[in-house]
Amino acid sequence: MAAGMDTPPSRLIRLLQLGHAKRALQAQAIWQCVSCQTCATRCPKSVDCAGVMDALRQLSAERGVTTPKQQRTVLFQKAFLRNIRRNGRLNELELIAEFKFSTFLHGRSLSFLFKDATLAPELLKRKKFHLVGEKAHDRAVVGRIFARCMDNSLL
Amino acid sequence: MSRIGVFICWCGENIARTVDVEEATKQVAQFPGVRCALNYKYMCADPGQTLVRDKIASERLDAVVVASCSPHMHLRTFRNAAALAGLNPYRVEMANIREQCSWVHPDRTQATAKAVQLIRLSVEKARRDHELQPIRVPVTRRALVIGGGVAGIQAALDIANSGYQVVMVEREPSIGGKMAGLSETFPTLDCSQCILTPRMVEVGQHPNIRLYSYSEVEAVSGYVGNFNVTIRQKARYVDISKCTGCGECWNVCPLKRNRSEFDYGLGFRPAIYVPFPQAVPARPVIDPKTCAKLIRNGCGLCIKKCKAEAINFKDQDKLVEEKVGAVVIATGYKLYNIGKTQDRPGLEGYGEYGYGKYKDVIDSLQFERLMSASGPTLGELKRPSDGALPKSVVFISCVGSRDNAKGLAYCSKICCMYTAKHAMLYKHKVHDGQAHVFYMDIRAGGKGYEEFVRRAIEQDGAQYYRGRVSKITEENGKLIVRGADTLAGEPVTIEADMVVLAAAMRPAEGVEQLAQKLNVGYDEYGFLLESHPKLRPVETSAAGVYICGACQAPKDIPESVAQASAAASKVLITFSASELTREPEIARINEETCAACFTCLHACPYHAIEQAEIRTPRGVFVKRTARVNPGLCMGCGTCVAVCPSKSADLEGFTEQQIYSMVESLV
Amino acid sequence: MNLAYYPGCALHGSSNDYEQSLRACLETLDVQLKEIDDWICCGATAAHSLNQKLAVALPARNLALAEGKGFREMLAPCPMCSMQLLKARKALAEDEALRRSVSEIVELEVRGDTQVLNLIQLFETIGLDRLKAAVKAPLGSICAACYYGCLLTRPASVVEFDDCEQPRSMEKILEALGGKTVDWNYRTECCGAGMTMANEQTVLDLSHKILSNAAAHGANCLVVACPMCHVNLDMKQVNIERRYGVRHAMPIYYLSDVVGLALGFKPEALGINRHFVGKA
Repeated sequence: MAAGMDTPPSRLIRLLQLGHAKRALQAQAIWQCVSCQTCATRCPKSVDCAGVMDALRQLSAERGVTTPKQQRTVLFQKAFLRNIRRNGRLNELELIAEFKFSTFLHGRSLSFLFKDATLAPELLKRKKFHLVGEKAHDRAVVGRIFARCMDNSLL
Repeated sequence: MSRIGVFICWCGENIARTVDVEEATKQVAQFPGVRCALNYKYMCADPGQTLVRDKIASERLDAVVVASCSPHMHLRTFRNAAALAGLNPYRVEMANIREQCSWVHPDRTQATAKAVQLIRLSVEKARRDHELQPIRVPVTRRALVIGGGVAGIQAALDIANSGYQVVMVEREPSIGGKMAGLSETFPTLDCSQCILTPRMVEVGQHPNIRLYSYSEVEAVSGYVGNFNVTIRQKARYVDISKCTGCGECWNVCPLKRNRSEFDYGLGFRPAIYVPFPQAVPARPVIDPKTCAKLIRNGCGLCIKKCKAEAINFKDQDKLVEEKVGAVVIATGYKLYNIGKTQDRPGLEGYGEYGYGKYKDVIDSLQFERLMSASGPTLGELKRPSDGALPKSVVFISCVGSRDNAKGLAYCSKICCMYTAKHAMLYKHKVHDGQAHVFYMDIRAGGKGYEEFVRRAIEQDGAQYYRGRVSKITEENGKLIVRGADTLAGEPVTIEADMVVLAAAMRPAEGVEQLAQKLNVGYDEYGFLLESHPKLRPVETSAAGVYICGACQAPKDIPESVAQASAAASKVLITFSASELTREPEIARINEETCAACFTCLHACPYHAIEQAEIRTPRGVFVKRTARVNPGLCMGCGTCVAVCPSKSADLEGFTEQQIYSMVESLV
Repeated sequence: MNLAYYPGCALHGSSNDYEQSLRACLETLDVQLKEIDDWICCGATAAHSLNQKLAVALPARNLALAEGKGFREMLAPCPMCSMQLLKARKALAEDEALRRSVSEIVELEVRGDTQVLNLIQLFETIGLDRLKAAVKAPLGSICAACYYGCLLTRPASVVEFDDCEQPRSMEKILEALGGKTVDWNYRTECCGAGMTMANEQTVLDLSHKILSNAAAHGANCLVVACPMCHVNLDMKQVNIERRYGVRHAMPIYYLSDVVGLALGFKPEALGINRHFVGKA
């Protein structure tokens, strides 16, 4: 992924070593990262670079310093968490709907809104499309777990 | 009644600032047995020592206590001073009121009281000190050099040229070590074999050097000046005294396709072979793992051809005994294994580089063989997979070095330099080729080294990238090398024809077992431990055993040669007199009370205790006893602690002394 | 064999063809799967990207649910789930204070007694010899590029499975089933993971490289053991073809698909007909 990143991981870590946390937190790179874990596997100093990227993502979301360019990924992750907080398990249809809606509110892109709409009948045909998603029975406990772990206003 | 003199030092301000030396002097003068007590600013200086000598004479002192710094600093100084004044030097004690008092306590009253107590202890000890004489040990003035690489060769020649006999043991069929396999050496780009082989020949022909090649050290016993070494001469199946080196045997051998160890697997050799043409001794050896005659009694062509009747398939390993007075260990190094098989937990190899999977991914020593004029490709750079001339070569530094995750934490020191050398030699051979070097840092600290690296970059066009390589794969005969350049901040992908990995330097195989035979310590990597990293780089904790070269730490040829000469000089110091003196503060066993249970023998970490028999003058057996070998004992006191009959005691620190010191405090 | 079964959201969602095929072959192989009662989402990428505690707590609850029913082993066919479960298990084993605090958060005592297996490990536990003996239709025409993706072998200190540079566990299974495999260069390169919705470009670029390399090395299909990889390589294949103007036509099989075919099942019974890319 480094080829497409504005700040490659080695530079991100260097910024942190120098105390420039703010610049690191605003890097595009941390949301372009796919968490493939290759970085930590290669590092000769056993630096958990993937873990550092996770931490940067968590901090940047907490502090609300994510930039507009990163919004799609951030919105997706937040929508995902809201979804499982509500249902205990992921409801795909709800997620897609919520995600598309919130990105539309942000970027007003109609093309993005309707992208992949043709997938719906394909998935239906293959019985992979669930109009009513699965939910966990005891969903309340999931809500409580969330409340104990994080400030829910973040979502 | 004793006549003890106590001398308290101010040590400038170091002691006097915290300890009230006047008050201490007053109190100490009251101790029973103290004839005189005084203090002075710098006891170790000339006037201070003169003071001690004068007082010994004028007060007829029979023991001296100096209360000052640690005995590590000046015990010898004061003992010498006492000896000059006619007092037995082993009746001199030191009370450490600096490192153990004034330097660690802030409160003046408490520090002074403690200093007085420390001096009290030393006075009690001095009261019961015996007059001891140094132990004299005869010296066999012959040296053993283990390892025939450039370091071993240098050490052996220095000692031999000083007139002493040297026994050299080398495990390979020929001496020369790793340097014999190199192509050219930095920073002069001298042909490695051209500068080494004259030395090898000198060793082979030197009247003072007895060379045991294809041999290993089996066992060592004894102590400095008196080592007994058992050497295993491995079966060559060729009598080198009869063999003329004519070469008929290895030319006729039908089993030509054995991977050559000297070429690190890149070339082939027959089952009967000389590892390289310039070998010393230039005599072949038969590989028992592949020779048809030895395995299933077939073939036998070589013995038919041998006019000198030198081949003997019934040969066996021989054990030979040698007596020497000093040992030099120069066992050299091996490279870190980049593949999966490892010999130590925590090491993992670099699976992502495809070493072992892709034929054209090789390590640095293999590259040396490819470049060498006497190598498997006779100096033409042909890549292992298809023999093609590589137009693009990637060199990767720090493979296994500076790697806490899969390799070794330390830097191997030589790789930056030899990588630059490789890039230059490559360009000199392939004028339109491109060398790519991936580095982390460039370490070029020696004389002319920085300029050497700049030449590789500025004159020979090597492209240097600051970053590591993440993965190497192969597509359509090209090696795809994916790395990074952190200075530009971007990934770098090279399509290379060959990749050379600078693998980490590790101590040679089996060095830990050898170290145990010689009672020499080694660190977690297997590198042999020097007595002091700064001031005693070639001595070890075992008296009479010295180390030099890469067995101590990664280093290049100039440093190995310098260390080898250093080790040789230590050997020559050991040989400078026909007798060695040792400190007499060692254990002694009362043979009358000893019950011969030999608990001490088993507890002694230096194997310094022997079983002995007491017989009448007529030879009638009286009893068995344990006996301390005064040449080996290091005075650690373990035997004293374990002896159930209290027969073992330490001269210079007897149990009686300890009891009376403790009692004086209570 | 009896073990707990943690399907994860994907296997009950758009990757339910994976569950279909694995249930089919495991039953034939005498493996009883008991779905964990009222399991919850493991948190996937979203949890570890937004909140560290949540990323440990969500999988921890599932571990507690399994061990509460006395299961010594659980199957988690989705590598994201299995990796998160293993990561939580390791973190709790190494930090007693964390274990106690997480147990409070998830309202269940989490001891970490249950072992977590991925599908490849389960087949290995069943035994290659048993698999070989059960083969009814050797996979003669399959020449597979086995694709491991990221989380089956990484992070190595957490999942402790196979070799993370040159894994061979899937190849061994395929060879036991009579199939051929190719040696290729993208076995552990990422397909784009969870970026499918938010950043499709990344997925198309990475997955295109994977499909191209597999074809270049002579494969006629890919075998995967991850529902995310399957979606990116199978469902999105037509988008890749459109973007790059190539025709990959590379069917993507789940590991349980090829095992099932070798055991004699028809493709429809395994849900293979529900994939997007059919056999060429």
